[in-house]
Amino acid sequence: MISSQHTSAKQFQVRVLRQDGPGQENRWEVYKIDHEPDMNVISVLQRVAAKGQTIDGRASSPVAWDCSCLEEVCGSCTMVINGRVRQACSALVDRLLEDKPGEIELRPMTKFPVVRDLCVDRSRKFRALQRVKAWVPVDGYNDMGAGQKQSMGEQEESYPLAQCMSCGCCVEACPQYQKVEVIREAGESDEAFEARKNEAYDNSFLGPAAISQAVLFNRNPTGKMNADERLEALKGPGGVHACGNAQNCVSVCPKGIPLTTSIARAGRAVTVYSIKKWFGS
Amino acid sequence: MAQQKVVVVGGGLAGLSASMKLAELGVAVDMISLVPVKRSHSVCAQGGINSCNDQTRQLGDSEWKHFDDTIYGGDFLNHQPPVKEMAYWAPRVIDLMDRVGVTFNRTQEGFLDRRRFGGTLYKRTAFSGATTGQQLLYALDEQVRRREAEGAIRKFEAWDFLGPILDDEGVCRGVVAQSLLTMEIRSFPADAVVVASGGPGLIYGRSTMSMVCTGSAASRCFQAGAKYGNPEFIQVHPTAIPGADKLRLMSESARGEGGRVWVPRTPQDTRAPQDIPDSERYYFLEERYPEYGNLVPRDIATREIFDICVNEGLSVENDRMCVYLDLTHIPREELDRKLSGILEIYEKFQGVDPRDTPMKIFPAVHYSMGGLWAGYERSADGGLVSGSPDNQLTNIPNLYAIGECDYQYHGANRLGANSLLSCIFSGLFVAPGIRNLLSSHKQAASELPSSLFEGAVKQHQERHDLLLGRTGGSENPYLIHQELGNVMTRAATVVRRNDQLAEAYQQVSDLEARAQKCSLSDTGNWTNQNVVFTKALIDMFPIAKSIVKGALQRDECRGAHFKPDFAMPSLKSTDDAGRREEAEGWCDRFAANTDKWLKSTVVSLKDNEPDITYEDIDTSSIPPRPRLYGLVGAEVIDEVWTERLRQKQATQPEAAQPEAVAGSA
Repeated sequence: MISSQHTSAKQFQVRVLRQDGPGQENRWEVYKIDHEPDMNVISVLQRVAAKGQTIDGRASSPVAWDCSCLEEVCGSCTMVINGRVRQACSALVDRLLEDKPGEIELRPMTKFPVVRDLCVDRSRKFRALQRVKAWVPVDGYNDMGAGQKQSMGEQEESYPLAQCMSCGCCVEACPQYQKVEVIREAGESDEAFEARKNEAYDNSFLGPAAISQAVLFNRNPTGKMNADERLEALKGPGGVHACGNAQNCVSVCPKGIPLTTSIARAGRAVTVYSIKKWFGS
Repeated sequence: MAQQKVVVVGGGLAGLSASMKLAELGVAVDMISLVPVKRSHSVCAQGGINSCNDQTRQLGDSEWKHFDDTIYGGDFLNHQPPVKEMAYWAPRVIDLMDRVGVTFNRTQEGFLDRRRFGGTLYKRTAFSGATTGQQLLYALDEQVRRREAEGAIRKFEAWDFLGPILDDEGVCRGVVAQSLLTMEIRSFPADAVVVASGGPGLIYGRSTMSMVCTGSAASRCFQAGAKYGNPEFIQVHPTAIPGADKLRLMSESARGEGGRVWVPRTPQDTRAPQDIPDSERYYFLEERYPEYGNLVPRDIATREIFDICVNEGLSVENDRMCVYLDLTHIPREELDRKLSGILEIYEKFQGVDPRDTPMKIFPAVHYSMGGLWAGYERSADGGLVSGSPDNQLTNIPNLYAIGECDYQYHGANRLGANSLLSCIFSGLFVAPGIRNLLSSHKQAASELPSSLFEGAVKQHQERHDLLLGRTGGSENPYLIHQELGNVMTRAATVVRRNDQLAEAYQQVSDLEARAQKCSLSDTGNWTNQNVVFTKALIDMFPIAKSIVKGALQRDECRGAHFKPDFAMPSLKSTDDAGRREEAEGWCDRFAANTDKWLKSTVVSLKDNEPDITYEDIDTSSIPPRPRLYGLVGAEVIDEVWTERLRQKQATQPEAAQPEAVAGSA
């Protein structure tokens, strides 16, 4: 049960690290919020938006943040809350106040370029999925009958990996995953900017989620037919060898995905693949 | 001719399946989505996806029966050809999802496992843990990413669709959209546009829908002249967890495993629920429905919970409507064994263990059966003509609607596990028709005079600048949204009364006028969520008014639309002859009501007011019959109706013979 000590508190403070746009200075703003039952960080941000002023009475534009499903299944609302990366929707105010009475601190993830306030650009996550070819390369979408049979055990091993919502928690916690921020140049076209961004991403670490997706598709009965292409990506620059085995990823994953198991598997598969390739078989 | 292009608005199951199929057919696609497509609302679907399958077939199931269950469940308001086509495609849709890597649960032998859902006797539902929607969405997202890597699809994620571009003849030639980051407004010339933007749950304030489900994309098409079908048919789920930010679904299985629904007899009793003795608890479902108890059908449970809070004032809390759903009398081990998945959801979001403390739940708006009006080309066997450019086409040439934002598949009420199917099916099925449409065009949209596109951008830029520049406005868009949600939830959800609906129409119109006076707290031109939300809010009103007006005018009960003043009564007679006579009268009344109301509501917007006409429904495969669940005297009514149907068919031999006749299940 929620401790009565905090539910009876009438107000609490929210400290938000704000930034107006990419490459700009950030600053802290503090808001005072009336406590309501069953609040989560999303409802706190909604109250901040409706309120429109800081604790010292200055007018304040609504804090920008991403959210969609609010059920911890879309991955949108990931941010750093009281120093821990997680989804804002499942971050309950009463629990947060139990751990740190009186104040909640919100900041954007540090491994992605800030778009504005708590919004970050996670396109590198999706680019990484392209790099490892995280899909089943079916011939086409015509009616070709059912897929291959799979055992219950195989499904039970694949399903947890398939729940990855590309939220970014694992890479935020990963010491090897460094922020890559490409600033748009004046007059640069969309295509040119996109190409420059992708080039920078493609030379940097894939991160645990993408490695785990490569493992997922190399397990799929059809996906394994082009396992080598994925192993090639895992072997390349920023591949699985960049992992420093800190094991932070698995401890912050909101879905409990066995990321370190995936990484170990990927590492072994890359080794075997490299040896085979060395002998030309 | 320059390269032709299709713009797909929305990246949920429908938009993704349309895009990947179009790409396969060699058509270039631009996708426009508010969120990265992987974060679309389809991720929220838990239960599964229906199809007749090898297991159920052995037990007498068929595609025809899936078709019949969907029509019966929809209370015959669905046009039958699209539903028939969908049911016959369903096994193939699931095969394809299996092939593209969806991690469906398996049987011992390695086949797809199936579960049973509401509205059918068969285990038709394939599922992937408790996150089937997420798994289907990811598999399609992966296929689209693959096509994107090949250069066949371009994604514009974090872009807001502002409206279709129509030429002087009213033909759709592209769309205008706005970047949510840079706020740049840009035109996208297109030879066809597919709107797959999902449902309008946010019109009700909080619902089970995601925050992106504002209905704004459908509304912008509606305002541009597209017709809207069956707006008043909104599905409400009986048990959701009322959160301060959204309403999260609580599965029906909680009641299935013995959960009891109650409220304190003293309004807003301040004691903890455990401290309230049994004698002071009102187990209203058990008292009002001694036979069914807590397991009354979904719509009845919804209506009773609503009634106890709204009309009886017995809500557990004062400022928030909810009742207790109590599992605490069931041993912990049993709960852990049978219900751990859903109980964890409650625990995660409420911070309370439902094994110790009764859950607080309330019905929540869940799905819109209505949506943009779309047509089809009927085949000789009562299905659809594959590859016809008329399938899923709105009344605006070149503008298509698929998925939840199209009104065609679910009639007056949607069956569980049919929505994922309708989204993927309509997406896959629309693609060959669009390819054929494009082959018939003589000119690519990108070759049209640039003035057409520049004019459209200018118009939207002016609207945007006007909103940003508005100073001294007295209204806050977030508060108006709350008020709209309250009005809509009160009048246009579970129980509908004409006086309340008429009042609500006025209130919604007043709110609409006030929304025009919103001033923004953010007037910047970088990632301005304030202005994006305000635009979406303003665009909620045309659909909100259509929902209310559609409900006001439809004086009957059908599926999710329930008006107690027009409910068909149970039979009262106790002797056989009296019952028979009463049943005859009942059937006369039912037949007259069918003649009058078995019609689609079709709305066009005239001078910003909804203008309603009614359109006949294609019931060529399955003749309408009464839904009799829980009605006293159902068997007699069923008998009379079936006799009448047989007589009619004897005199009209060309009418199709239904395999399944009237049922009272």
